[in-house]
Amino acid sequence: MKGKNTLLHQYELFVDHNKLILAIILAVIILLFPFVIGSQYLLTVSVKIGSYVILAMGLNILTGYTGLVSLGHAGFVAIGAYTTSLLTVRYNVNFFIALLAGITLAGIVGILLGMPTLRVSGTYLSIITLGFGEIIKMIAMNWNAVTNGTLGIKNIPKPSIGGFSFTVSNYGLYYLMIFFVIVVSCFCLALVRSKTGRALMAIRTDELAATMMGINVTRYKILAFSLSAIFCALGGGLYATLIGYIDPNTFNFDVSTMILSIVILGGMGTLRGMFIGAIILIALPEVSRFLMEYRFVLYGVILVVMMRFRPQGILGWRSTMPFKLSKHVQNELNDTDLIHQTHVGELAYE
Amino acid sequence: MSDEEFILEVSALTKRFGGIVAVAGVNIKVKKGEVVSIIGPNGAGKTTVFNMLTGIYDVDEGTIRFKGKEIQNENPLHIVDAGISRTFQNIRLFGDLRVIENVMVGAHTKTDYGFFDSVFRTPKFKKEEDDKVLQAVKLLRSIGLDHRRDDYAANLPYGEQRKLEIARAIATGAELLLLDEPAAGMNPQESADLMNFIRSLKERGYTVLMIEHDMSVVMNVSDRIYVIDHGRPIADGLPEDIANNQVVIDAYLGGVRNDAQC
Amino acid sequence: MLIQQVFNGLALGMGYALIAVGYSLVFGILRLVNFSHGAIYAFGAEMAMLTISLKFGVLPGILAAMILTGVLGIVIDKVALEPLRKKKSPQIASLITTIGISNIITNLLIVFIGSEKRNFQPIFSQTTVTIGNISISMTQIMMCIVSLLLMSVLMIIVFKTKIGLAMRACEQNPKAANMMGINVNFVISFTFFLAGISATIAGALVSGYYQIVYPNMGFMAGLKAFAAAVLGGIGSLPGALLGGLIVGVSESMAATFLGSTYRDSLAFIILIMVLIIRPHGLFGRKGITKV
Repeated sequence: MKGKNTLLHQYELFVDHNKLILAIILAVIILLFPFVIGSQYLLTVSVKIGSYVILAMGLNILTGYTGLVSLGHAGFVAIGAYTTSLLTVRYNVNFFIALLAGITLAGIVGILLGMPTLRVSGTYLSIITLGFGEIIKMIAMNWNAVTNGTLGIKNIPKPSIGGFSFTVSNYGLYYLMIFFVIVVSCFCLALVRSKTGRALMAIRTDELAATMMGINVTRYKILAFSLSAIFCALGGGLYATLIGYIDPNTFNFDVSTMILSIVILGGMGTLRGMFIGAIILIALPEVSRFLMEYRFVLYGVILVVMMRFRPQGILGWRSTMPFKLSKHVQNELNDTDLIHQTHVGELAYE
Repeated sequence: MSDEEFILEVSALTKRFGGIVAVAGVNIKVKKGEVVSIIGPNGAGKTTVFNMLTGIYDVDEGTIRFKGKEIQNENPLHIVDAGISRTFQNIRLFGDLRVIENVMVGAHTKTDYGFFDSVFRTPKFKKEEDDKVLQAVKLLRSIGLDHRRDDYAANLPYGEQRKLEIARAIATGAELLLLDEPAAGMNPQESADLMNFIRSLKERGYTVLMIEHDMSVVMNVSDRIYVIDHGRPIADGLPEDIANNQVVIDAYLGGVRNDAQC
Repeated sequence: MLIQQVFNGLALGMGYALIAVGYSLVFGILRLVNFSHGAIYAFGAEMAMLTISLKFGVLPGILAAMILTGVLGIVIDKVALEPLRKKKSPQIASLITTIGISNIITNLLIVFIGSEKRNFQPIFSQTTVTIGNISISMTQIMMCIVSLLLMSVLMIIVFKTKIGLAMRACEQNPKAANMMGINVNFVISFTFFLAGISATIAGALVSGYYQIVYPNMGFMAGLKAFAAAVLGGIGSLPGALLGGLIVGVSESMAATFLGSTYRDSLAFIILIMVLIIRPHGLFGRKGITKV
């Protein structure tokens, strides 16, 4: 294996050896964070970062793992946010049920948007997704009876269960966001380390070769679209309840490029990158007025500079650790080692 | 020889691109366990035949029977399922996946668990995944690539990439392997290794149909050879017959008849 | 009423065609959809407004804006895209880069000029010609004339000049063109320059027509023009013209008969239908997948 002595390898070894302890430290920091900082504003920003981590993970499934660039994911965010908000505001539906409705709807729309992948690929597909995002925005603007048009929806309530309301001030919303981020991360991790994840990555590298391996490329692309839509809608629903107000312009093209920037800055096809990407791109504009003003320019610069100098993203490295074999496999292999020796001899190869 | 013995029967296969006839009336028969080569000058239509066999191109005329069933114009996915797998002239590995993962992608259709099994890490998932990892490692060992298991496919030297591509094809559970110029770009030592490897495939019961330009490989491992030129079949037979066939020699030397030797 | 709308649409469509040409030219050579082209168009319009306000006269003003925007196109290629070609980056990298550039241009315009819509002084006289019950403004007529003129100039450049021959050679096979002594990078820069110039003219004409300019104007117009380019067969100049006219006419029809709110969605619907039904467009050629 190459690169045994590189800094990266040392780092990965360190992390691998101290997994448990690092996880505990991280958990303690995350859990105690609200008590330590004690600022409403910083807490709101943290929750916002959380929602963008979820959005980025959603887009990452499609763009990072499957290699399809979407420029219209703001549309899915809008579907999640509008459905959740409308159901809670107008019909007093419980937030979590409304959220479920939102992500279900987005999942279905995701399947529909995935259909063109049957015939369209590459840039053309990106343009279709862009059109989709704009059409969703136009529907939100013009379907006054339902969406309240350009005025948007105000006073979106905070989530609540059995009388307990998750707000920023009682830290409930923060922990709720942590919960969802963990759920989404675990889901993505499980997905990536399975035949589904391998199929998506195979499609990303070479569609034809993937087809020749018996992978139903269209089906997997549609699956990727749908999953990606579901997570973006989840992030959208959470974002809406955090901010408390949405209008069609909350979900314009800039939001789509912003999610894309997070994915690319952090590292396409990594999970760790989504965290660092969201933290940098959401927190930076908050700390300086200058960056706030040039925020959207910054997103553009990030796309250009990253593609030029580090297309794999800040944290986009290939692991130097060996492929993980389960205990069971290791035992089996040790048992068959002897047999394996004779086998190769028999083949007289190498 | 009865018809049932043939695992693959291609008859009168024809493909046109616009006005150009790329393949015209090609017949190929392959028996189970045979190593058969298709040779011919560049642009003769050999890869086009492979593309039709694997369903990438539609067939204009003719039939392809695999294990007695007609498979022409089938979806590539069904063809892989039926048991035909291929490699590519210009290697098409999944470069940013590890060697073992490449093999496991090959085993995709044979990996029997659903989406929800993987998300909830059910016992079924664990068992299947372990099985496939184990099979992949064994496959890599059997072809001498196990020391590369953790490497990324793109980082492998050329010869090993070719080998990995074949391993990936085997992992699909195919009975018939279509190898498109497996020795291209290999040095003599690598080609010699490859010959042994192809023989070992035959010993293990695989049927191999390959396109190859390296005559030492073709003559040494093939049971029979088909020759195509300008999309048309010009000869077929045992290696020694082909080597002495005047039509074949002409096709390779550019159609100048060597009258002095006649 | 119907015929009136057709005329309005034709004039508008000419504008789209001029933007669409930019997509087609660049796509022809690089096989890349230059996502920043809409922003370049907006930049051109803003520059035209700026230079015209300097009081050197309308024509020199537009000329200066054309050169500025053309140079911007070259700079984009040299700074962002050429290094990617040298590195042989995957296509997705160039696509994302042009998205980023689009963001940079548009938002810099917003930061420096402001995002509000401002008045653009009419370039041509405000007279209208009335035939029967159809009235055509001088601006519309001039839009058609200027666009057709520019189209012909572009056609002559591409099909009758030495640099045009080089462009077509690079389109067929950049490697071979390079070996024949063609400076491929120069040809690409020239193409970006041409695209910038036609975008500026489109920007000045359309802004003069609506008498309005704003940094975000490139987004919608760019998409509609892209729809036009794809409809006509991206890479083909006559295709761009025809596509532009179809998009323009159907848009002005939709505005009248369906209401203006959904007018902008129409281009997307056309685009999505074309991409799904006939991805290579009306004039484009279908490629064979090589394995």
